Amino acid sequence: MQSIPEIIRTIPLTHYVILSSALFCIGILGVLTRRNAIIVFMAIELMLNAVNLLLAAFSSYYSDPSGQIFVFFIMAVAAAEVAVGLAIIVMIYRNIQSIDIGILNKLKN
Amino acid sequence: MTAIIALSLFGISSLFLGFWFSRKVLQSLTLVFLLVGMALTAADWNQELLWFGHMFRTTNTSINFSLLIQLAAFLVVAFSRGFGNDDEHTHPAEYYALMLFSVVGAIMMVSFDHMIMLFVGLEILSVAMYVLTGSDKRSLRANEASLKYFLMGAFATGILLFGITLVYGATRSFYISNIGTIIASTAPESTPNFLYIGVLLMTVGLLFKVSAAPFHFWTADVYDGAPSIFTMFMSTVVKTAGFAALYHIVGDVFGGIYSTWVMTIYFISMLTLIVGNVTAVYQQSVKRMLAYSSISHAGYMLMTVSAHQISSTSTILYYSLAYILATATSFAVFILVSDYQTGRKEKPENFQSFEGLAKNNPGLAFCFTISLLSLAGIPLTGGFWGKFFVFSDTFNRNMTYPIILAILMSAIGVYYYFKGIIAAYFKEGDIEKIEVPTLFKITLWVTTLATLVLGVYPSLVKSIF
Repeated sequence: MQSIPEIIRTIPLTHYVILSSALFCIGILGVLTRRNAIIVFMAIELMLNAVNLLLAAFSSYYSDPSGQIFVFFIMAVAAAEVAVGLAIIVMIYRNIQSIDIGILNKLKN
Repeated sequence: MTAIIALSLFGISSLFLGFWFSRKVLQSLTLVFLLVGMALTAADWNQELLWFGHMFRTTNTSINFSLLIQLAAFLVVAFSRGFGNDDEHTHPAEYYALMLFSVVGAIMMVSFDHMIMLFVGLEILSVAMYVLTGSDKRSLRANEASLKYFLMGAFATGILLFGITLVYGATRSFYISNIGTIIASTAPESTPNFLYIGVLLMTVGLLFKVSAAPFHFWTADVYDGAPSIFTMFMSTVVKTAGFAALYHIVGDVFGGIYSTWVMTIYFISMLTLIVGNVTAVYQQSVKRMLAYSSISHAGYMLMTVSAHQISSTSTILYYSLAYILATATSFAVFILVSDYQTGRKEKPENFQSFEGLAKNNPGLAFCFTISLLSLAGIPLTGGFWGKFFVFSDTFNRNMTYPIILAILMSAIGVYYYFKGIIAAYFKEGDIEKIEVPTLFKITLWVTTLATLVLGVYPSLVKSIF
């Protein structure tokens, strides 16, 4: 029975770096191109999860638990952010019955 | 650092005190809380201490920044009046509590010694600000501003985190002090490439927060849409904390690899100066003008960061202090005038609202003028010496072109700041005497006098920093 860090180490570190960078870039593209606030939000979560994955990989490669502890902090803070973010989106939906970020251009004059 | 524990507890208790007390009482209580926080912060003066598992370091620099942040929060709380038109739908206790919480986050951001503290501090600051930005729930503009701020803030956090991860991958540590030594002790050939990418991503993440061009596009909209009092909070507290964190990261931690980030900061500072100042000229709304002016001041402060002299820390502190005083004063007068003009003028936030201000309100017009002069960097005000120290730091690094550009941009700055002064003094208008609460009036005069005193005796505070 292998321990989880050993299983993680069976894949070369560069693969994790490439996978995480790819996920991160998909997240950035999602933020920049999508119009629906919820989808933009999901793209941001994808960016954060790419970071989590990479931290876990580095952490087990270096046998240093602090990386994984950071992951817990990111997850906790992301949850707090989701709470506030969804509240903001609900507030907007109540006012304009839409969550398309294209409609929100009152401030551009 | 007992101040962050105390302020968190004060914040929580302020939520409960809201059941029994009116806004006025809560405001004075919050002021007392902040004073206690400042006293607790200052108690650690001249001792270098590590807290919370060596994740938090208090030095004289971090104490100075913490005091500045609490001073800015103090001014904002003192300038706060009724939130919105009706007391039914506003929750003053929550607003004051959230302000206290975000001050806690800001203090963590200026004294972190571990990346977790930076990240958590940044988020405590930002999440509270997202809520405050959208606190005017019925206003579509505030809704839009808070969504934009939230999406951009979360995006920037993601970028910052990816940078932290890459730096961790390269140095195997989250501790600021370890990262510095590891970078210094590794040969440049054997450092992984992603260290540099990590440093750049972290810089970009923080530049989003201080709204430097080309990451400034959210600033004007968010500052414009948020309730004015929270715009004041954003442009003073959040900006100072962001700059302290940015300088701590690039100046102290990555000071050894100066050459990797200096060109980025150097060009971004010049771009920020141009974008901030030139766009501000075209603004009709005073609030948007102040938003772009805050972008342009980020450009001046970035010049010091890129100069990276020994005196840079004290320059950033001095500049922040002068900027906080002037911005708080100008926003305070702006809030009074735009509130007065709401319902009278079609667009109460435009320069036209200030026409004829000096006739019946000479005091307000004087304070407004001094604050704008300080922002423009006219001699005998604090802003002049702020700019002077920035230029002398940059000059010591032998960077002449940015100074020429910055002086040119200050000249443009004089143009748009004087639009406000001209409207107040030389245009005809029908502004009656505006009622100013006592606390508001005292604070207004104190900040104005402080701006003047800083302009005459800069060494008074410069010697402390």
